[in-house]
Amino acid sequence: MEMGEAATPRLELRGITKAYPGVLANDNIDLKILPGEIHALLGENGAGKSTLVKIIYGVLRADSGSMHWNGQPLEIANPHAARKTGIGMIFQHFSLFEAMTVTENIALGMPGRQNMAELARRITEISENYGLPLQPDRQVHTLSVGEKQRIEIVRCLLQNPKLLIMDEPTSVLTPQEADKMFETLRRLADEGVSILYISHKLDEIKNLCHKATILRGGKYISECDPTVETAKSLAEMMIGTNLTAPKHLDGETKGPVRLKVRNMSLDSTDQFGIDLNLVNFEVRRGEILGIAGVAGNGQVELLEALSGEALLENANEILLEEQPIGKLGPNERRKLGMAFVPEDRLGHGSVPDMSLVDNAFLSAYGQKKLLKNGLIESRKTTNFAEEIVSKFDVRTAGVSHTAGSLSGGNLQKFIVGREMLQDPGLIIIAHPTWGVDAGAAASIHQAMIDLAEKGAAVLVVSQDLDELFAISNRIAVIAEGRLSVSRGINEITIEEIGLLMGGTHGAGSGKETASVA
Amino acid sequence: MAPDQVRKLLVLLKIEKRPEPSRSMIYATPVLALLLTILTGIALFTFLGVDPLEALKNFFIVPINNPYGFTELLVKATPLVLCAIGLSVGFRANVWNIGAEGQLTMGAIVGGGVFIYLHDVDSVFLLPLMVIFGIIGGALWAAIPAFLKTRFNANEILTSLMLVYVAILVLSLLVHGPWRDPDGFNFPESRTFSESATMPILWEGTRLHFGSIIALLVVFGTWIMLSKTLIGFQIKVIGAAPKAGSYAGFSQKKIVWFCLLFGGAMAGLAGVAEVSGPVGQLLPSISPGYGFTAIIVAFLGRLHPIGIVFAGLLMALTYLGGETAQINLGLPVAVTGVFQGMVLFYLLACDVLVNYRFRFAQFGKAAS
Repeated sequence: MEMGEAATPRLELRGITKAYPGVLANDNIDLKILPGEIHALLGENGAGKSTLVKIIYGVLRADSGSMHWNGQPLEIANPHAARKTGIGMIFQHFSLFEAMTVTENIALGMPGRQNMAELARRITEISENYGLPLQPDRQVHTLSVGEKQRIEIVRCLLQNPKLLIMDEPTSVLTPQEADKMFETLRRLADEGVSILYISHKLDEIKNLCHKATILRGGKYISECDPTVETAKSLAEMMIGTNLTAPKHLDGETKGPVRLKVRNMSLDSTDQFGIDLNLVNFEVRRGEILGIAGVAGNGQVELLEALSGEALLENANEILLEEQPIGKLGPNERRKLGMAFVPEDRLGHGSVPDMSLVDNAFLSAYGQKKLLKNGLIESRKTTNFAEEIVSKFDVRTAGVSHTAGSLSGGNLQKFIVGREMLQDPGLIIIAHPTWGVDAGAAASIHQAMIDLAEKGAAVLVVSQDLDELFAISNRIAVIAEGRLSVSRGINEITIEEIGLLMGGTHGAGSGKETASVA
Repeated sequence: MAPDQVRKLLVLLKIEKRPEPSRSMIYATPVLALLLTILTGIALFTFLGVDPLEALKNFFIVPINNPYGFTELLVKATPLVLCAIGLSVGFRANVWNIGAEGQLTMGAIVGGGVFIYLHDVDSVFLLPLMVIFGIIGGALWAAIPAFLKTRFNANEILTSLMLVYVAILVLSLLVHGPWRDPDGFNFPESRTFSESATMPILWEGTRLHFGSIIALLVVFGTWIMLSKTLIGFQIKVIGAAPKAGSYAGFSQKKIVWFCLLFGGAMAGLAGVAEVSGPVGQLLPSISPGYGFTAIIVAFLGRLHPIGIVFAGLLMALTYLGGETAQINLGLPVAVTGVFQGMVLFYLLACDVLVNYRFRFAQFGKAAS
């Protein structure tokens, strides 16, 4: 690392300001990244990270402020110009064509015609150089999420970037895959590439990054050295108040079994889906069961089977309080006291183009009795929406605004609130804090724990192991549509879970595969 | 402006997504579409060698500058509004029934058939019975695409459209054959409907009939249904986010059935109201394409019941205006279709403004 000497920053931002109608997304932000530095950009959702990054990458244009590249003023008109300057970006969501090969996907993102054989050779060369194993002729849909991300990284590296921007890159990886990626990033940094790293996983930032710039509410808060800060102090700088870790439940409180799943199998309707294969687990009253796993290992199918969006052949494969419910639809299951928070907030858990009032009605009209003589009770529904907003601290200009206008974290709080305020006996939550800022995540976690303490059974499906360890009593791992036996969180380590998550998927590449019962 | 400057401007013109759909644009785009239609109309009339102001006056003002003309507007708007209301409910749920013309025809056949078989009955119950059968006839005709859609996932756009031609040929078969008026000198038309099989006239001396009142009630009822009932809510959710609909436990199949049956029923109602109203008997052709024009009415009215009333009046005016222009200026009757098509075309084009906005990138900052 060539830090310490007063080097010219690779990229320097001065006074970047960007306003959207009604919001000041970036308010006079400064940022300095040195050559070879891994620089974290930290902030809550809505703090202005994405806006800032889009300005650097030329997707958006700042209203005022200036950018400097190696000391020279820099104007970036569009992403193409950014790439030409030497700025590469790896997005949180991949833009890959599933039915094409790795090489074809990479060729698509490059200007002009490509010599495919030559390109394949360069892909192999780069992937070997940087420890990113990739087979150029594999079809993308046969790859694990980690491998797909490697495609995106290799795609960037082919352009010899001097600055690499990564937006929450580890949210889709197993711990082992993440560690591998960190090695690659450190290698790149040693070679002088600057990396701007966006994440809300504080431990990760402490491990990896040399510097961190913290944003809050669109404003620059401070620059600090994350290696000397604690995760708690970083989080507090991010949200501006003191953070309390969720109160953990006593692992011994176990009520009677509320949900029992016995030998549940389900064939996925999706071509690239995963079939569920003899899944067994139970959730007791007052406990939180966490299901870990890398995305795309049957979580979607498991959640659909549990919510009633997919019906089972055999009703007895799911028992709620001893009652078979495998053939009941979502409404009947809600009547029996189940509530659901799906993975996809927009378009699944909520209707983006409808108001919060309508979205409150969506799943709660039965439990909250919002229909009278066949007519929707607008007043009562509005009151319920307002209750959710105030109890779960949803930041919105009003309940008449559309769900799509809320930030991810606020919409998640709204959906979680809507489900929890229906007093469910069993709540199933998918990825409760995915893409949610630390403050909102803490309040969602606390709400889940409180609900369990009141005697509800809680099932959490998540990829975030820190989250599962913070709130669960027991953890099971799903891989390739099979579920491992569950273990108490005191009996299992992150490493063991990581191996189970790798399953037979080979995602960890070269790691031994663990057999799953 | 030099072409070069224009090109520069176009490069600087940026389209960006609005954070929320613009409310004002939802109401402004129909007006904008209408203005563009009129402008194009002026160009078109000029090209045809007709004084554009005279033509527009004949098209939009002459037809309704007298009481009779105004009632004719209402007479023509009635089937348009009825069909469009039915269609709009489906369109909201992404159920693309475009076969209202066939369902209208089938409503006329089944409703009119009641009279054919009971022509010597003189009872106050005859007309209500015909109306009910007309509604059922339209709904059953729409049930065919509903069944094909839910059972075999057949595209309802194709099936409902193809059934239009089947229905029209069935009507033709009937009036050429078994239902032909025995005293009608072999003309392909049925008996003229009796007094008790005819919609009461609301204003003596005009053709304004009770069907217009029914249409207003339907508009009001549908408004309530869409805004206040669970089924209306389900329709909106399934249309906007199907996955959220299944998350909430709403059945997609049920909504497909409901939308098609409702759309068919309303078109059938329009059909029976036409034959028992202004038409007065069954003829090989009973509608100048109301069922198709209703698609434009539904979109122009923003799929909202009140909007559809205004859009229905406007589209009815294009029928009247086309006739007037034909009589007074000798323009071809196709002018009506051209105007209707332009309105829809411009509306769809302008609708991009609801979700997107144009912005000029700042000059001078355009680097590289």
